[in-house]
Order: sequence, then C-alpha cells, then structure tokens
Amino acid sequence: MLKKLFVRVLYCVAVIFCFEGSHIAFAGYDYIDITNPFLRKIPVAVSYFKTFSGNFAERKTAQEASDLFSSTLEFTGYFKMLDRAAFLEDAHSSGTTASNIKFYNWTSIGAELLITGAILENANRLEMELRLYDTFKCKLIVGKKYKSRLGDQRRIVRRFCSEIIEHLTGNRGIFDSRIAFVSTGSGHKEIYICDFDGYNPKRFTFNKNITLSPAWSSDGRCLAFTSYLRGHPDLYIKNLTQKSGTIVAKKGINITPAWVPNRFELAATFSFSGDQEIYMLTGKGKITKRLTINKGIDSSPSWSPDGRKMAFVSKRHGTPQIYIKDVGSGHVSRLTYQGRYNTEPAWSPKGDKIAYSGMCKGEINIFVISVDGRNLMRLTESSYDNESPSWSPDGSLILFSSTRKGTAGIYVMTAYGTDQRRLLSMPGEQTNPAWSANIYR
Amino acid sequence: MQKRLLITLTFCFFVSVMLFTTACTKKVVSTAPVTDQTAEDSTAQQVEEIAGDLEESTISEADAAALAAEALAAEERAAQENAAREKFINEDIYFKFDSSVLSLSSQDTLKLKGIWMMQYSDVSVIIEGHCDERGTSEYNIALGDRRAESVKKFMVDIGIAQERLTTISYGEERPLFLEHNEDAWAKNRRVHFVLE
Repeated sequence: MLKKLFVRVLYCVAVIFCFEGSHIAFAGYDYIDITNPFLRKIPVAVSYFKTFSGNFAERKTAQEASDLFSSTLEFTGYFKMLDRAAFLEDAHSSGTTASNIKFYNWTSIGAELLITGAILENANRLEMELRLYDTFKCKLIVGKKYKSRLGDQRRIVRRFCSEIIEHLTGNRGIFDSRIAFVSTGSGHKEIYICDFDGYNPKRFTFNKNITLSPAWSSDGRCLAFTSYLRGHPDLYIKNLTQKSGTIVAKKGINITPAWVPNRFELAATFSFSGDQEIYMLTGKGKITKRLTINKGIDSSPSWSPDGRKMAFVSKRHGTPQIYIKDVGSGHVSRLTYQGRYNTEPAWSPKGDKIAYSGMCKGEINIFVISVDGRNLMRLTESSYDNESPSWSPDGSLILFSSTRKGTAGIYVMTAYGTDQRRLLSMPGEQTNPAWSANIYR
Repeated sequence: MQKRLLITLTFCFFVSVMLFTTACTKKVVSTAPVTDQTAEDSTAQQVEEIAGDLEESTISEADAAALAAEALAAEERAAQENAAREKFINEDIYFKFDSSVLSLSSQDTLKLKGIWMMQYSDVSVIIEGHCDERGTSEYNIALGDRRAESVKKFMVDIGIAQERLTTISYGEERPLFLEHNEDAWAKNRRVHFVLE
C-alpha cells in the first residue's frame, strides 16, 4: 500500500519535472538552436527608444541607450542587428506596444525579433519600458518596466538583455559577469578587471612587479593569482569586497590557481617537493591534499562544473598534454594526442567540452575537444599566438589573448570560433583573461 | 739619477750626525770628567744607536719594494678573482626547447662554478630559471622551475651545500633578447646565477 503511494508520488514528480524541462527546452529551441546557436544568427531590429517629453536630453539618452542595447545584444553572437536605415517605421511616430506596431513593416525587412523601448527622465529618476516581440507571431515575448536613478541606463539595458537571453536560451547569459586580465600598461604586469564587454577597466593590483594568472571563485567574491611581489612566484588569494586575503609562499613556484565550482576551495601548482605537482587548498590557503603524484611537470588545473573531475597539463609522457583526473576514484586518462604541446585547459561551464591552447609549427592556437576526446576543433588559425582560453559563464563564448595585431590583446569569440573580435583597447599588452560567473550585486 | 741623489743625501745626513755626536761627547767629557771606560761605553752605545738608525732606513727601503710587489700581486689576484666572479655570474646554462636536461658542456660549466663556490664558502647564490617566449606563460613558469631545479640538483651532487642554493623561476617573463627568432630564443632558454 505504502509502496504504491510512493510510486504514485514519484510518478507525479517525474511528470512535473518533464513538463518543466520541456518547457525550458521549448523556449530555447524555438529561437536559438542550442546545438550550434551561431550557425544562423537571428535578425533583430532594435528601434530607437521613444521619449515621453521629446526634449533634447531625453532624446540623447534614448539614442545612446538604444545603441548600447544593440551592441550589448550583438556581443552574445546570437543575433544579426538590422541596419536602422532600412527600418520602415520610426518608433518616435509609431507606438511601442503590440496594438500600435505594424508587424509587417518589420517582417518585410527580415526582422524576426523586434525590441522597442520608451524612456522618461524626470528630476533625478530614469524610467524605461522595454519590450521584445516575435514579429511573425505578432506577440510580446517579454516586457519590463524599470525605474532607477538618472544615468543608470547601462544597468537597465543589461538587465533586459539578461531577460531576453533567458527567454531565448533558458539561462541568464553573461551580462552580470566580469573579466580579470593582466596588462602591462603601467610598465609592470598587473591585474585589471572590466565588465563582460570590456567596459570600465579598472586596475586591481599595484604590485609593481610581475603579476599573473587571475582566477575567480565561482561566487565572484575572490580572486586568486600569482605575483612576484616578494621576489618569488607566490599565490595570493584576495577577497574583492573585504580587501582581505592570504598569501601562500611555499619554496619554489606557487602558480595556476583554479577554484572548485561552488566551493571555497581551489587547486594550484606547487614545487616545494622538488617536483611541480597539483594540490588542493582551502580558500584560506591551507593545503589539504595532493592531487597529482608523478615525476615531471603537472600544472594548470581546471575543474568540471560538478567539481568531480580535473583537467590538467602533464609532461608524464614526454610532451605537455591534457589529462583528466577523476578525483574520487583517482583514475587519470589522457585527453589530447594530437600535437606535441597542449597546455592551458579550460573546462566549459556546460561540462561537455574542454578548450586548450596547442602549439603547432611554432604557432599557438585555441582548440576545443569533447570531454570524451572526440570532436577536436581548432578555433583560431594562422594568426600568431592565441593563448589562455576562458569560457563565459554560460559556455557560449571564449575569451583568449592573441598577438594577431603585433602586441598581445584580449579577444573574444563564440564557442564555435566565429565572430572573433578584440574585447578592449588599452596601452601595453593584455594577456591571461579570466571570465567570472555572473555576479549579482 | 734620483737614486744617486738619495745616496748623496743619506751620506750627508750620516756625516753630519757623526760630527754632531762627536761634538756632544766632547762636551760631556769636558764638563764632567768620567772614566775612560764609561766614555767608551757611552760612545759605543751611541754608535750602535746610529747604526740602528741606518739599518732601519735600509729595511724600510726593502719594505717599500716588497709592499709594491705585494700590492701588484694582490691587484693581479683581485683581477683574477673578479674575472672568476664575473665568469661565474655571466656564464649562463642553456637548454633545448621544452627541456630541462643538462648538456655535457653545461655540466662542465657547472663543475667550474662548483669549484668557484667551494673556494668561496661564504657565498650563497640564486639560481634563476628562464624560458623563451614560445609556449604558454603558465607552463613556462613550471618549466623554468624545472631548469633551475635540475641545475641545483647537479650543484648539490658535486658537493655544494643546498642551503647555499635558492631557485626561482621567471618563466618567460624576463627575456634577455627581445627578437622573435631562434637565436634570441636559444639565448633566453637559460639558467642564470645571481650572488645573494
């Protein structure tokens, strides 16, 4: 009797789960093909945002906000932004709601999605109404009204972009993430932090020495990195908000930190034993466990999203290659066989792929390989050195550093290697990009 | 010419001193008559003193020459020591790409460095491991560490106390040559010694 009831409950739960699952999947597959979302870009029209008063300042804000909206949305790589010169409707004269939008004016120029907006500025308040329409179904997909302080349009635009991406793909996207990187602009390698799109870069370290390899904790609160501040490559763990931290300064090297997802723990490479090995340590810097035991270099750990497996570089068979260790069972398997120099593994947050940098004929390129060793794909080519891949929190984009323009800079591309572009321009050389998770402040 | 002048001057000095002492003695005799024995004694004593003076001046001359020779030798020795020190510091150990293996000639160089370190037992050194710009920066720090460690191990094996040897890896962060060619890369793949 009790058993029957249990089975029935289990059945209900399963039905609810399936329904939930299919609902999300449906929302995603309807617009963006998850298997390769960048094969076909969705044509989107972002009309100029309407102003309530029509005064000059408000019009200027509206124009800037709609341009920002376009570039923010375009950054994802999912969309093709339609040229406003081709628009048949002007939002200033027509409406922003379904009842007064002539959808055929948008479908006839090829738009599948339409974004309308309205802006009201008064005293020190800013109000924005933003809507996303399916032009073929003549239907509102999502609409939101935001109220904030004057000048807060960037935050509002990003918030609505997250909304759009969530409706189209099922996850929140990248708009609340940040990027840490190394720049030589000051004359020394120091760590800087900017927004996901390269906006607002700020210097984070003032060590006046070599500082390298920033790594975010998965809550985005801590940054671990290596610095020669005290003359040796020591490991620093810093809390960004509290400005507190720890230094791990063992004899030899203290490098390549990698936080375990959703835990206050990280792996890093130390050589105090006389051999470069990977160890686990707490966020407070206490070494708890040795993860590799092998003569020769073992370094550069990167964790699977569930924290159970670790990809790393090992020279155990003569050349540096990527290996995967199952931390629970201790089993180690070799992942890469092509090429004689494969380093810097980065496990995708989706869990299915590993990006790494491989050297061939003196050139370093970014590769992506499935965790089972199949589907090897080269994402960059014939463009000097492309190093340090780092995934966006949703696994849709990859950051990397490249010397394609002479001096090293930070570039971004889709997970399939398309839409390669420079993230930001700054004096000096930029390397070692690290993408954080979304940080909700 | 100068030597002759010196001799003449010394002679004049000697003669005048002799004359002066004789006059003095005479004076002493005339004012206070003493026995021959005492007079003779005091004269002998004074002559001896003068002779002592002379001898001193000759010794000092010999001393100057010895000192000059010694200074020259010391200078030569210092120059030799300096050269050995410079050689110790400037002679780097080179490696093949992605390798921390010591070649036979590197081992010979390290043996000479070991001999030097045995001579100067108070010296401690930092062994710096470097890489060329190729490869990735993370891996190169590990590789530089390996290079420094393999040099350190060799030095310990030939009898240098390991407390005197500290290693540090700079990876590819401090290249000596900035060109992007094999020549520059070969010179950048090095272990460099720094005196602590």
